[in-house]
Amino acid sequence: MKKSNSTLTLALVAGISFSLIACANKKSTDHENGNAVHDHSAMNHKAEDEMSAGSVMEISENKSISQLIDQYLAIKNALVQDDSKAAASEGQKLAEEASSIDVNTFEASKQPEIKEILEVVKEHGEHIAKSEIAHQREHFEGMAKDFMDLLAITGTDRTLYQQYCPMYNKNKGGYWLSDSQEIKNPLFGSKMLTCGSVKETISMK
Amino acid sequence: MWFGERNHFNEMKKWLKLSLWIVLIVLVGIQFVPVQRNEIEPVTNADFIEHYESPVVIGNIIRASCYDCHSNQTKYPWYSNVQPIGFLLQNHISEGKSVLNLSEYGLLSNRMKRAKLKSILSQIDDDKMPIPSYPLLHSEAKLDSPKKTLLVNYFDSLLKINK
Repeated sequence: MKKSNSTLTLALVAGISFSLIACANKKSTDHENGNAVHDHSAMNHKAEDEMSAGSVMEISENKSISQLIDQYLAIKNALVQDDSKAAASEGQKLAEEASSIDVNTFEASKQPEIKEILEVVKEHGEHIAKSEIAHQREHFEGMAKDFMDLLAITGTDRTLYQQYCPMYNKNKGGYWLSDSQEIKNPLFGSKMLTCGSVKETISMK
Repeated sequence: MWFGERNHFNEMKKWLKLSLWIVLIVLVGIQFVPVQRNEIEPVTNADFIEHYESPVVIGNIIRASCYDCHSNQTKYPWYSNVQPIGFLLQNHISEGKSVLNLSEYGLLSNRMKRAKLKSILSQIDDDKMPIPSYPLLHSEAKLDSPKKTLLVNYFDSLLKINK
């Protein structure tokens, strides 16, 4: 009798403390998310350097787009290396970057489409931030077209290559952008690192 | 020795009784906490099925398998009135709606629709949705192989129109 009583109390206490721990855990993750502010300064410097080097960035609006491209390429590099964790944190930064861009700095007629593109890029970034690698790759692939459309409007600060692997997604094929002509496949990573070819070159105007 | 154990036993009994009472009071108490019901009427033109004028068969499958968590019109089971089950359901619903709300699908840009369609397609194709626990209690929500094929082909065709 005594034994069963103490077991019951123990179970109760365990249950209550477990739910308390669960609450505390949730709080700490919320906290981490809240603190997921990243350092833009490094990227700013890079963009400034490129500007002073005399590239085509006459318009200030391209500076934010430049950071967006940096972020896209960071995700690409993480996926090339099958590094889901790095892709997730870069995805989070991409989402933040996309929502921090002030659409009003662009020409009025271009604003609606840029706004739609940035919303979708943010959405993809958020999914990449919280998914396992196959799902990250799906969203990364989904973004390629949106980035192409964006760059067609805003221009680019560097030469980019639209690359294509015909085997992705059950042979339906998949696209991505790279800053290097050499193929390093982010959609398959080490499984098929060199599958693909350059489809289009997007160069500075 | 005997008395010591006896006291200990009484002490335990007291604590056990007290904890049981607390649990009981909390359980009864939370029944009175108001829960927001996800039953916003009427269905508008922005509704996914309305928007695409989906065939009835398809519409019925989507409603049965997706709408409880991905629309403004949840069909609540009776046990949703029992807390804390109701709270858990509400959590699922608001999480589901934050990612995809089919009641407001028509308001999205074409670009966003494309992104959502792709996600829907791959989630169903990979058997990630509906979440496994859901058809356990809602057998009608289960996507068996013919239903799944029907949906996958349908969403695929929408993606092609939406290009």
